Amino acid sequence: MEAENCHCMQRFVPVDDLRPLEEIVNKYRGDKSAVISIFHELHETYGYLDEKIMEELARRAGYQLSQLYGLATFYTQFRLEPVGEHIIKICHGTACHVRNAQGLIDEAERTLGIRPGQTSPDRKFTLETVNCVGTCALAPVVVVDGKYHGRMTPSKMQKLLKQYTEKGGTGEDED
Amino acid sequence: MRIDSPAALERYCEEVKEKKAKYPYRVSVCGGTGCQAFNCLEVYEALVESIKENDLEEEVELKLTGCHGFCEMGPLMYFQPMGTFYAKVDPKDVNDIVVATILQEGEVEKYLYRDPVSGEKIHHREEIPFYKKQVRLLLGINHLIRPQVIDDYLALDGYKALAKVLFEMTPEEVIEAVERAGLRGRGGAGFPTARKWRICREAPSPDGIKYIICNADEGDPGAYMDRSLLEGNPHAVIEGMAIGAYAIGACEGYVYVRHEYPLALRNLLVALDQAREMNLLGKDIMGSGFDFDIKVAVGGGAFVCGEETALIASIEGKRGMPRPRPPYPAVKGLWGRPTNINNVETWENVPLIIRMGPEKFAEIGTENSKGTKIFSLVGKINNTGLVEVPMGITLREIIYDIGGGIPGNKAFKAVQTGGPSGGCIPAEHLDIQVDFESLQGIGSMMGSGGMIVMDENTCMVDIAKYFMKFLCEESCGKCVPCRVGTKRMLEILTKICDGEGTPEDLEALEVLAADIKAASLCALGGTAPNPVLTTLRYFRHEYEEHIYNKKCPAGVCPALITIKIDPEKCNGCGACAKVCPVNAISGEKKQPHVVDPELCIRCKVCMDRCRQEAIYAE
Amino acid sequence: MKSVSITIDGKAVEVPADYTILQAAREAGISIPTLCHDERLEPFGACRVCVVKVEGARALLPACATPVSEGMRIWTDLEEVRRARRTVIELLLSDHPNDCMVCERSGSCELQDLAYEYGVREPRFQGERHTYEVLDDNPLIERDYNKCIVCGRCVRICREVQGVGVYDFINRGFDAIPGTPYGRSLPETPCEFCGQCVSTCPTGALVSIPYKGKGRAWQVTKVRTTCPYCGCGCQVDLHVRDGKVVGASSPVMVGPGQGNLCVKGRYGYEFIHHPDRLTRPMVRKGGELVEVSWDEALDEVAGRLKEIMEENGPDSVAFLCSARCTNEENYLLQKLARAVVGTNNVDHCARL
Ligand SMILES: Cc1cc2nc3c(=O)[nH]c(=O)nc-3n(C[C@H](O)[C@H](O)[C@H](O)COP(=O)(O)O)c2cc1C
Ligand code: SF4
Ligand code: SF4
Ligand code: SF4
Ligand code: SF4
Ligand code: SF4
Ligand code: SF4
Ligand code: FES
Ligand code: FES
Ligand code: FES
Repeated sequence: MEAENCHCMQRFVPVDDLRPLEEIVNKYRGDKSAVISIFHELHETYGYLDEKIMEELARRAGYQLSQLYGLATFYTQFRLEPVGEHIIKICHGTACHVRNAQGLIDEAERTLGIRPGQTSPDRKFTLETVNCVGTCALAPVVVVDGKYHGRMTPSKMQKLLKQYTEKGGTGEDED
Repeated sequence: MRIDSPAALERYCEEVKEKKAKYPYRVSVCGGTGCQAFNCLEVYEALVESIKENDLEEEVELKLTGCHGFCEMGPLMYFQPMGTFYAKVDPKDVNDIVVATILQEGEVEKYLYRDPVSGEKIHHREEIPFYKKQVRLLLGINHLIRPQVIDDYLALDGYKALAKVLFEMTPEEVIEAVERAGLRGRGGAGFPTARKWRICREAPSPDGIKYIICNADEGDPGAYMDRSLLEGNPHAVIEGMAIGAYAIGACEGYVYVRHEYPLALRNLLVALDQAREMNLLGKDIMGSGFDFDIKVAVGGGAFVCGEETALIASIEGKRGMPRPRPPYPAVKGLWGRPTNINNVETWENVPLIIRMGPEKFAEIGTENSKGTKIFSLVGKINNTGLVEVPMGITLREIIYDIGGGIPGNKAFKAVQTGGPSGGCIPAEHLDIQVDFESLQGIGSMMGSGGMIVMDENTCMVDIAKYFMKFLCEESCGKCVPCRVGTKRMLEILTKICDGEGTPEDLEALEVLAADIKAASLCALGGTAPNPVLTTLRYFRHEYEEHIYNKKCPAGVCPALITIKIDPEKCNGCGACAKVCPVNAISGEKKQPHVVDPELCIRCKVCMDRCRQEAIYAE
Repeated sequence: MKSVSITIDGKAVEVPADYTILQAAREAGISIPTLCHDERLEPFGACRVCVVKVEGARALLPACATPVSEGMRIWTDLEEVRRARRTVIELLLSDHPNDCMVCERSGSCELQDLAYEYGVREPRFQGERHTYEVLDDNPLIERDYNKCIVCGRCVRICREVQGVGVYDFINRGFDAIPGTPYGRSLPETPCEFCGQCVSTCPTGALVSIPYKGKGRAWQVTKVRTTCPYCGCGCQVDLHVRDGKVVGASSPVMVGPGQGNLCVKGRYGYEFIHHPDRLTRPMVRKGGELVEVSWDEALDEVAGRLKEIMEENGPDSVAFLCSARCTNEENYLLQKLARAVVGTNNVDHCARL
């Protein structure tokens, strides 16, 4: 829940500051198997796995770059590109699917003009689908910047997105 | 406080119990991930505040705990000893609740649970149908445990099973006990746990090192039993693993947790530290001479990493690609050493078996499936949540007695068990007993415990497509049948849903299903066709409707439906027209509106806008 | 090694206990197709064309990766086995270009051979095909992942045998493909251009640019020789067509290299037909190099050596041998120095 509350880019360290990388590498020194944990920490620090960071990690911790890239493209939690200002995660677990999560995804694709996994060119939105966020009772669930919106419908989704796409729009709730 | 003997543990537990006995009341608020999404933390803060204000700190023991199971109803408050249970509590009314329930010994009617079937308000938790038929051996203590407070676990005689094992039993006796209890793996296939342990115990290790692993990857999308266990009662997992390690002869354990479970991860890490501090984990546990410690490995988001060999690769820092078995991990696993892997729920059952005694445990359940099983009961069902039931209960009891049936007077269509590897079970099998063999017999499986209920508005071809898409995306891509085969099956299913299916497609699906099952490297591919096979078996007519009549009977597949407005019901409010992204709806104000089928993209945005429920798909 | 008794297709055989089913079958003269298997590599079990039926096992098992065990009863040619293999081949071909006509590997392509054996012309299953750009970012190795079957042999040989690790698998599921990080060109990676990956690739996905289009498997004659570049003695098959060397490979599991070569042994043959190459001895006469016969050249060398030795003694002469000579040649050279000339001044070009 508490993860990813604020997505403004200031939250992340710029990728040319290598001090956090050095710290993380030192923390796991000698443990070659810790690479997934290292990725998670780099992700939290820099927001994504930048090519330069990956190169430095390979150099300093003795990994092959190919191996790091192979890992980063295997595990879905890692992003190779910086994220948008708002992260919209639509749960597409089974419980949410049977309650029309697909309709929400379609609506988001239509409104934002991007597909799941993509970030809008203006870096305002990143759209993601996830598998079960563990609140199936609320299905279907959308998580925007860490905030849960349950029992969503395509029209509620439309309204929710409007709050972000239309600057200053409050999305006055008519219900 | 370091515990250096079973006697010291006994003394310590008694002390903790005495301390707790001083409180006449206990209020427990669920702080699980599900309830946190409903702001239960604010409820808890309000509770703390209110207790302080009413000067009840000496009277009331407060607990922010793990999942109580009834996640649908969060935030939850449970008052004991009264047994009063409040649902969907608003933080601003917490003080009133405290005053009414404790000071005035009454209740706040508004927040009592209302039975969706009878419409009655229910006062006591144990009378709520959702809880009544459950046998909550594992989940039942969650409301007593603050996951980050080891004393709460010790007050329930925690770690005494470990003490008993270390000081009074030989490893072989432990394995025999688990065998007599008839424990079978809760992670999917139901492999007898004792047999697995014995193989690992007997396997030679080049340097004597063996490992055990707790599989907390819980990849089934739509299930969260393991999260709730680990999150709510991490010490039970630790105790179970320590017992298993002793039985197997392992010196080190790993818990592989998915990264999507931050709360479970944090609670586990705290619990591990506490256990180490008290000498319940680490070197010379409780003075027994037995050494065992646990490390935590975090996943990176890959369903396949729940598969044993992929999980091992992932812990080793590699891409989670399975490798052929044999050799089995029990013989050659993590870093080439014999390794035993069990699911979270399996591990949690172990201390229970020792505490209850294997014979008592084996009294629960059926001939070949013993004990309880936790299901995550979700989908088109009234009472959503985690339910723990004795093996052998029927699906009907779970869905209708515990789950309260299908909402909105819709007809039940199917229940999906076993996650993406499982199958869809139709109404005709609702009276089947829930146990490993029975579910397998009808083409599904127990799986890790996802139970998704579907009603008349669920399209079974779409469900098959959904699971195939999931598996296609989660396939590691190593072996051909799964990498290319699931893709081809998905393409065929998509074609059928798009109204372009042909009769030959059904045949192609069956051919692919059989060969993917036979030739895939791991069980992901080996079971991937199951959702298609079971829907083909029980709902073939729905496929045929899509193919021959170009109709989606459930009104789901966009290409095969038309959105219509019932002029009888429409009052002409115009709300639908406002939200339609393609302006397909027109009509005079206060007059029935109509949808232009040429323009309509069947997004259904209009449907839930209509308060008259005038818009329908056909 | 202990041995175990098993039966394959009803035939009883006794094999060492550390054998795989594939090894046992080959020894029993029973052929099982493979695609991701290479004897130089650890078993991988990915392609599934080697699956066989083992009595008692739930699904089919990969022969290449399954160890034998006592009493195992194996069937390699049942209908269900052939059917599964056929489906696998069809699935592979459903995401594969129909390009045998001009493909470099035609005739030595393991996928093509299998399609031939199982009679697959048009796969029953059709669907999305990948389209990748053909990569020829260097003078030696061309990568056309449209023809890749994701067997991982390139990834594994570069890591397991070569110890370099240029490639890994990228992405997963249907989009899994071997490749370099960030799509880098080979010169931007630590690639040594040994061509080991080309040597193991079962299809036309990886080909050697210098040998491309110069002759397919059935058009060349393989002439076994020893690699001229170093003393290791790797065995090389020169591919000869119309009297010209048009390619080189190394026989797998033969000789000290076991089928592995380095960049020189695999690609260093341009000199053979190069116009600058000296093909006859030359002697400088009056400041000009003049072509002479071998006899004349050798007489010249012997005469001058004798002259110098007579004037300044045998230690005024030194013999420098070469890593490009075989051990036998180097042995003869030092023999000449010590026994004939009488000097211990023997050294090696690599130390200069
Ligand atoms: C693709 C795949 C995913 C799996 N995911 C899980 C999982 O998330 N959790 C789990 O406990 N077991 C999972 N399993 C089963 C495990 O591989 C393994 O059988 C289980 O953890 C063994 O524990 P048990 O004997 O206690 O059931 C999965 C298996 C496969 C093939
Ligand atoms: S069956 Fe699928 S997940 Fe399993 S190894 Fe093959 S490709 Fe990977
Ligand atoms: S389904 Fe979508 S496109 Fe069709 S009428 Fe309704 S809102 Fe408009
Ligand atoms: S929202 Fe419903 S009632 Fe209102 S105009 Fe549309 S169909 Fe009619
Ligand atoms: S790789 Fe093989 S099958 Fe493919 S085009 Fe070339 S020769 Fe034909
Ligand atoms: S040529 Fe050699 S070093 Fe380069 S990628 Fe191929 S195997 Fe690796
Ligand atoms: S490039 Fe060749 S060796 Fe590498 S995976 Fe593809 S087919 Fe196999
Ligand atoms: S499936 Fe969406 S929250 Fe569980
Ligand atoms: S998370 Fe609160 S009841 Fe399940
Ligand atoms: S050769 Fe055995 S699986 Fe590929």
